Order: sequence, then structure tokens, then C-alpha cells
Amino acid sequence: MLVHEFLEHSADRTPDKLALVCEGQRLSYVQVEERANRLANALKAKGVERGERVALYLPNSVELVIAIFAAMKAGGVFVIVNHTTKYDKLVYILRNCQASALITSIRQADFVQQLSNRVPSLKMIILTGAVADVAGAYSYETIQQYFPSHRPPKINIDLDLACLIYTSGSTGEPKGVMCDHSNVDFATNSIISYLKNTANDIVINVLPLSFDYGLYQLLMVFKFGGTLVLEKGFTFPVMVLKRMVEERVTGFPGIPTIFAILVQMDLSPYDLSALRYMTNTAAALPPAHIIRLRQKFPWVSLYSMYGLTETKRTLYLPPDQLDKRPGSVGIAIPGTEVWLEDEQGNRLGPNQIGELVVRGRHVMRGYWGDPEATAKRYRPGPIPGERVCYSGDLFRMDDEGYFYFVARKDDIIKSRGEKVAPKEIETIIYNLEGVIEVAVIGVPDPILGEAIKAFVVVAEGVDLTEADVMRHCRANLEDVLVPKYVEFCRELPKTSSGKIIKPQLK
Amino acid sequence: MMEQTREMIRQYIANNILFSDNGYPYSDEASFLGEGIVDSMNVLELVMFVEQNFGVKVEDQDIIPENFDSVAKLATYVESKVKLAV
Repeated sequence: MLVHEFLEHSADRTPDKLALVCEGQRLSYVQVEERANRLANALKAKGVERGERVALYLPNSVELVIAIFAAMKAGGVFVIVNHTTKYDKLVYILRNCQASALITSIRQADFVQQLSNRVPSLKMIILTGAVADVAGAYSYETIQQYFPSHRPPKINIDLDLACLIYTSGSTGEPKGVMCDHSNVDFATNSIISYLKNTANDIVINVLPLSFDYGLYQLLMVFKFGGTLVLEKGFTFPVMVLKRMVEERVTGFPGIPTIFAILVQMDLSPYDLSALRYMTNTAAALPPAHIIRLRQKFPWVSLYSMYGLTETKRTLYLPPDQLDKRPGSVGIAIPGTEVWLEDEQGNRLGPNQIGELVVRGRHVMRGYWGDPEATAKRYRPGPIPGERVCYSGDLFRMDDEGYFYFVARKDDIIKSRGEKVAPKEIETIIYNLEGVIEVAVIGVPDPILGEAIKAFVVVAEGVDLTEADVMRHCRANLEDVLVPKYVEFCRELPKTSSGKIIKPQLK
Repeated sequence: MMEQTREMIRQYIANNILFSDNGYPYSDEASFLGEGIVDSMNVLELVMFVEQNFGVKVEDQDIIPENFDSVAKLATYVESKVKLAV
């Protein structure tokens, strides 16, 4: 099945069913379908061809949902870039994926004017919120008015790419994980099966759609024909809780940062009796929070999960196991298998620590334009021609086959549930004049999971303050990458070969 | 009083969130989230700032855009809480 058929089938089956609640709008499946068709027809008319990348630089919004499906309907590959991403990184991604089209908001009108020189592959830019074509860009509103709402003919098969999802790598440069339609369809079905979703489910999503965990909420809901309540974030928890009450939300996907806020709140004013399940992934929930969540929501099934963008979801803990093994993230998702290997490639048994290896049709197609990184992560599997994914994460398995996260093999930080590459932050801080050395690590934080801390060594006589470093980071890095702490030191601990020993900084 | 409250808020954001050398460079009415002045975690910092510096207790239900999405809105909220406390 193609991913845009999730929407099309639901629109055919239940055209008037409420599909999307967002920013005060309530759209039925047929309304979403028609808008996506109009935009898809415009993308095709203006030159997007099969397999070309359509970049979407928008916050969670109706337009972003429409654009995701329109890009695929036009035969393209959608690439969502978090709307807080700074321009240099956005340009890097646009150039890396050789985007043909960019859909963003009128707020970016000044910026997009300079883009044609910097991103030669761009054929068109579409601006939401623009009442007329401006600055060499087309108006999304005008397209919705004038382009036809019929479904464009299908040109892709399920081996074609549906999307690229950019993720941080240990090199610091974002890498685009290539997901074909069959990968996404498989992963979506597998997750739906263990969450037991039905068309009666109403899921609230506060996570950015640029994050695969957020994106899959949309894809899953449209696949099972439920309703998605899409929020811009969890900044105002009370507003989200009120929305959950009003819409009688049944599914709440969160990350540890969100649950840490939730367990501190008085939830008695909110009738959340419709809530059926909550999910956690991105980082482990501290056992104390699991206990408090279970006390606050005794009627709700809580799923602890683990995954990486390279295979989407990988493990989940059936809720009936939570009390027995609160520290576990469970077993392989339905239809897939996992095992542990040591450095020599030997399979390990219970209670040994090794790298998690993943096999299944959710193993994505590799990194866009990066065969070297692809070969490292995706290696030959047991059957000739197949590939399995080496997660880069160390796990332990108990006697009954349940997995426990131990550590990452690289020094990636998990802050607010997102992967943060220290290298990316270090590179930016090195650009500050007078900085000699930088090391960025994660330190435990009750809300963020890990908070980012930068150790900075400056040249003698250089007068650099913590505020200078923070200001520079804020100007050059998206929100989630800005350090919480900066510490100046005379020197950093090093090995005899001169490599910085990060564990000694913790 | 109101101007003093606004100035404390502007200064806090300039020094602790924006790390700005030239004060608070936006209007008092500018939307924190709409303009990308603060992010969601910063809103939690603002709650702590208000509690510690104005001696008021911020209730969960007070953390809404009507109170926490601009210097002007936050100052009005703080003033109303301070008055209630007196």
C-alpha cells in the first residue's frame, strides 16, 4: 500500500468522518483529501516529478498535514524540516536532498528570496498564508482556490520513497533516512496492531511532525480512520489537557519530558476517562514516573517503547508487563525480530550486553546520498540480499526475552526526547573567536532527560562569558540544541593520543 | 508599578533566555511563541522566575497563552496576582 492511500482509503470509506482537529479547524477526511489533491495537482503542474523531494518547513498545522499527503500524491518524497531549524541547517538539508520544491510560510518570504542561488535544485516555492503570489513564490491559498480537487493518477509503487526523515548522526551532519512506502506501511500496521487502534480512536499529537514519532501519529490515525487532534506543542499543558477533555481523546503519545510535567500537575479538574492508552518513547521513563503515571491514570494502558528513525519503532513493552519489569522496553514489534551481538558478530544470550540488531520490513532503505554511513548501519542479513539494521545501542535481554536499554555506543545525547549530536553544537561553539576547545555532553535532568552542557576552553586574554556562548548558540542552533549549561575550564581531560575523554567530564 | 514589572520581565528574558547585549529587542505585545522569542521549555523557566521574583504561586491553570505569551500579558498577570495576594 502507498502511504497517501491511508488518506485516500479513509476518505473513500468514511468521507465525512472527522479526520483532523487543528488550530480551531475541524476537517473531515474528504476535506483533507480534496485539499491535498489540489496541492498535489499544483505541484505536478509546476514541475514536481516522480521521486523528487518536496521540503516542508512549517510548524504543526493543517497546511503541513495537507502538504505531506500532497507531496506523495504528486509522486514526490516529502521531507519535513523542523520549523525552529536555523537557516544554515535548512539550506544544508535542502541542498543535501536536492529539493525541487519548498513549502513554507509567508513569514519566511524574505529568506526564500535568497534561496534560488543557494539551492539550485529548487524549482518552486509555495508560501502558506500568502494571499497572492509574492517574491517569486506561489501562494498556497491561491492554489487551493484554483487547482482541481480530483485525485492525481498514481505513479509510484511501494518500493518508491515516501519520505526522508533527517536525524542527527554522530558526525554532526544531519542524515536523511530513506523510507519507502512499504517500510512506512509495514511499520504503521505493526504499531497499530499492538496499540489495538480502531476508527474510534482519537489521538492527540503535541510532538512535531518533523520527528518520526509525531509523524507516525498522523499516518497511523489516517490509516485506521480515526481522528487526529494536532497541537503545536506541549508549552501550555493545561490547554492540551482541556483539549483532551473536549475531544474525548483516547490516545496520548508522549516523551519523558512531557510525562515529567504531567506527573507534577493536579489533574483532578480534567475528565480524562476517555483516555485508553499513553505511549512513551525517545528515552526511558524513570521508574518513579511510571509509578506516578499508573497512580494518576489507573485505567490507562501505558506503553514503554524504543525505536530509532532508521527502523522507526523497534521494541514495545506490552502494558501487562509494566509492573513486572518497569525498566524494560520490551520485545520486537509484531512481524519483526531483534537480537544482540557482540563486537565480533556473535549472537548473545540472556543477561549479556550487546548491540541490538533489527530485522524486518521496517528496516529503512539507508541514508540519502551517504553510502558509507548506510553500509555501517545497514549490513547484510541472514538471507542473501537482505539487510538488517545495527542500532548502535547496547541492550541486555532477560531470561524471558525482554530487552533493557543499557547505553549508546556513540556519544549522542537524548534531550527532550530528541537525538542531539554533540559534534553539531561543538562545531558552532568552535566558530566563536577565542575558543580553543569544546566538549559537549549530556547531564541528567529531571525534565529534559539529559540537559546539554558545554565545556569551553578559551585562549589566554580572551574575555568570553557564558552569556556570549549562549547567545551565539541561540543564534545558530535550533531550540533543542542550545546548551543549558556552559562551564569554562583551563583544559579538558584527554587520552595520550589527544582525544577528549568525555566520561571524565560527567 | 506596571512599568517596573514589565522591565523586570524584559530584563529576565534578555539576560537569561535571549542572552542579548541590547536589552529586549521586541515590543511588549510581541507573541513569545509566535515570534520564536521563547520556546516551550523557556515558558517553564518564566513560571519559576515569576514565582521566585514576585512571590506569587502560579497555578497550573494559569499557564496559558493569555498570561504567558508576551511581556504585556505576563506583566498584567503578575500584577493581578500580586494585588490578590495583598
